[in-house]
Amino acid sequence: MTEQALQGLKVVELGQFISAPYCAKMMADLGAEVVKVEQPGSGDEARSYGPFPDDVPHPERSGLFLYLNSSKLGITLDVEKATGRRLFLELLREADVLVENNPPRHMKALGLDYPQVREINPRLVMTSISPYGQTGPYRDYKAYDLNIQAGGGLCNTVGNPDRRPLNFPIMQGYYQAALSGAAATMVALFAREATGLGQHVDISATQVCAAMHRAYTMPMAISKGTKQMRLGHHGQPGFWPYTVLPCKDGYMSMMTLEDYHWKTFAEAIGNPEWALAHDLPMERYEHKDEMDAYLIEWLMEHTKQEVFDLCFQRRIPFIPEYNIEDVIQSPQFEARQYFVEIEHPEAGVLTYPGAPAKLSKTPWRIGRPAPLLGEHNYVVYCKRLGYAGEDLVDLARAGVI
Amino acid sequence: MLPLEGYRVVNFGWQWSAPHLGALMADCGAEVIKVESNSRMDIFRRLSLLDPLAGNPFHVWNHGVLGITANLKEPRAVELIKRLVAESDVVVENYPPRVMAELGLDYEHMREARPDIVMLSMPAAGQYGPLRDVMTYGPSLGALTGLHSMLGYLDGEPAFEYCFTDPVASVTGVFLILAALRHRNRTGEGQFIDMAQAEATTCLLGEAVMEYGMNGRVMGFQENRSRWMAPHNNYPCRGEDEWVSIAVKTEGEWQDFCEATGNAPWARDERFIDCFSRLRHQEELDGLVSEWTLGHTKYEVAALLQGAGVAAAPVIGEEEQYWDPHHRARETYQQVDYPGGAIGVPVCNTPWCLSHTPLSIQRSAPMLGQHNDYVYGELLGLSADERARLAEENVLF
Repeated sequence: MTEQALQGLKVVELGQFISAPYCAKMMADLGAEVVKVEQPGSGDEARSYGPFPDDVPHPERSGLFLYLNSSKLGITLDVEKATGRRLFLELLREADVLVENNPPRHMKALGLDYPQVREINPRLVMTSISPYGQTGPYRDYKAYDLNIQAGGGLCNTVGNPDRRPLNFPIMQGYYQAALSGAAATMVALFAREATGLGQHVDISATQVCAAMHRAYTMPMAISKGTKQMRLGHHGQPGFWPYTVLPCKDGYMSMMTLEDYHWKTFAEAIGNPEWALAHDLPMERYEHKDEMDAYLIEWLMEHTKQEVFDLCFQRRIPFIPEYNIEDVIQSPQFEARQYFVEIEHPEAGVLTYPGAPAKLSKTPWRIGRPAPLLGEHNYVVYCKRLGYAGEDLVDLARAGVI
Repeated sequence: MLPLEGYRVVNFGWQWSAPHLGALMADCGAEVIKVESNSRMDIFRRLSLLDPLAGNPFHVWNHGVLGITANLKEPRAVELIKRLVAESDVVVENYPPRVMAELGLDYEHMREARPDIVMLSMPAAGQYGPLRDVMTYGPSLGALTGLHSMLGYLDGEPAFEYCFTDPVASVTGVFLILAALRHRNRTGEGQFIDMAQAEATTCLLGEAVMEYGMNGRVMGFQENRSRWMAPHNNYPCRGEDEWVSIAVKTEGEWQDFCEATGNAPWARDERFIDCFSRLRHQEELDGLVSEWTLGHTKYEVAALLQGAGVAAAPVIGEEEQYWDPHHRARETYQQVDYPGGAIGVPVCNTPWCLSHTPLSIQRSAPMLGQHNDYVYGELLGLSADERARLAEENVLF
């Protein structure tokens, strides 16, 4: 088999739910060996989140867990027990990377914060993902994804100005932290090439949201006091169309900054009087409610695909707001074989999102389905760490694994 | 010492995604060279960079990098760029797929110049497929990913968002480039990375993909709902357009929430007795919680609830973030001066806090062609006369 980009990289994940698991998955799908450490009995809380096939909850069939943990080995280990902690440190001795997303004070209480981990393996890169980071006055505050997005500035620009601000769906704040965690881990591994030493990578999800998504408006906000506000379904004041509107079977993104796109569109739909009533984008914007109403009337008679067909061949950048079914059935994603089918012993064959990119020489690939709880205990404890089969029985009886 | 010292990146990117990727790598110590031209300059230069009050985002997405001009319609400029690529490790671009091929600067040509080059192309939909040439704007690219179909109010009102996909692509791109460089360093083999920004973003929507595959359900607008938390929303506070986010997950947190909010009689109502019941009566619950939050500022609510161990954070924008004591303590922002112009522009540091090799902004965004002498002279060995002649003939333009 072709070598993968991160082949030979050894990663240990002490993670829950989304941020650390997705961070480690990005590495696993590029060939890193990721050992995921789960609490004996309950496992990662994503196992109880769902969705579940036919809505029947089962810890081995949670969709979120299955997706976020493909390509990994899975072991159980209670690091709160003295023997568990010792086994964990044994794992770290051989590892290149530790990824975790526990509360900062929890890691310290376990004796697993960076200063202690470094003593075991100074070459280890330890990547900690938390809502607010390892330092600063809020570091011990509690925050879920919604709070992260609120504090990171993602919410206050999205939604109708007369209604409540919206957060990005299905926990995008956590994913932003995961992406930054993966990139920053690689950066630290490059530093290690030069220094021979690992280090602590401290990722604050809130800070990541602020710095990645809201950085660009900061100069204007501070120097001119120009706040970016919620504009409902319109963007770009002064331009129309630059909006999202409903059509017969969903929604259309009707956005352009070029007047000729609108003129071409008007012609394509037969130059109705209303479409040409206001010549300039600015004038149309001044009458946006009236223009919206006319356009919606036309859109509601057409499906997303009909509107898109009409626009795409004329190079008008109006595009359908694909729902997830549209994406899965999209000829574009199909042509690029984006989605992948994975067979899992408990959940069966399912369609998963695929590669974030096509790497020409070291392809992305799901090496194995998500692990069953403790599936690789034997492989890791006996084959890697040299414990005997009987030891596993004793460890299990003691509640360590 | 910075982690990526010694690595050189040639960046043809413009607007947000690819330039931002370059700025991130520059903060990590890479020498990133942005290729522009007077005939096709980054459109964000159109706002004045010299005027501090213009608040140009160009400063943000291009900090830390060097800037050169090359008129790529001129074969001599293309040849010079290939000579630069021969001295580089990475090439990045975010044009529509046909552009680099037309210029003779696609991966095949880059590889001739430098066999082990790592090249990342990051258009909206990728290098092939029927929508290859689809035209999108930052706020409409998300339409192709499935993200927007979940971003809206429960009654069907859609929402506009500002370019969510751009930084997703920037950060994913850094990760992929470094993975490919690791491979190159081990094997001597470079490669081409074809990243569709749409696909990189759909990777973050696994829950919706699995829900469809498992139960045939298409997730629609989510408003601020959660599968397993209630209360879970942004609630109105005292003042104009002020909001606080509150999320309650466990029964313990619910008890703490009730206590912190004064044990209102409704909190013991049957409808809210456990998470199952609260999820089914969210609208009433949200109404009652709002009545309470409206009596306080968002900061009061957040402080009170955090004190009780309940997750709450004010909904804040740029200015509040900038002055926030936590962001201050973590140095989220750094002030950058622009040569001969804007002073003290607040630019975000790359938010990857590395304990031993801390990252920081190395320089301001470049003026157009500011580093022509260094790149064409020092790196490529063109004499001052040659450079002057090429500038006059609109090759370095």
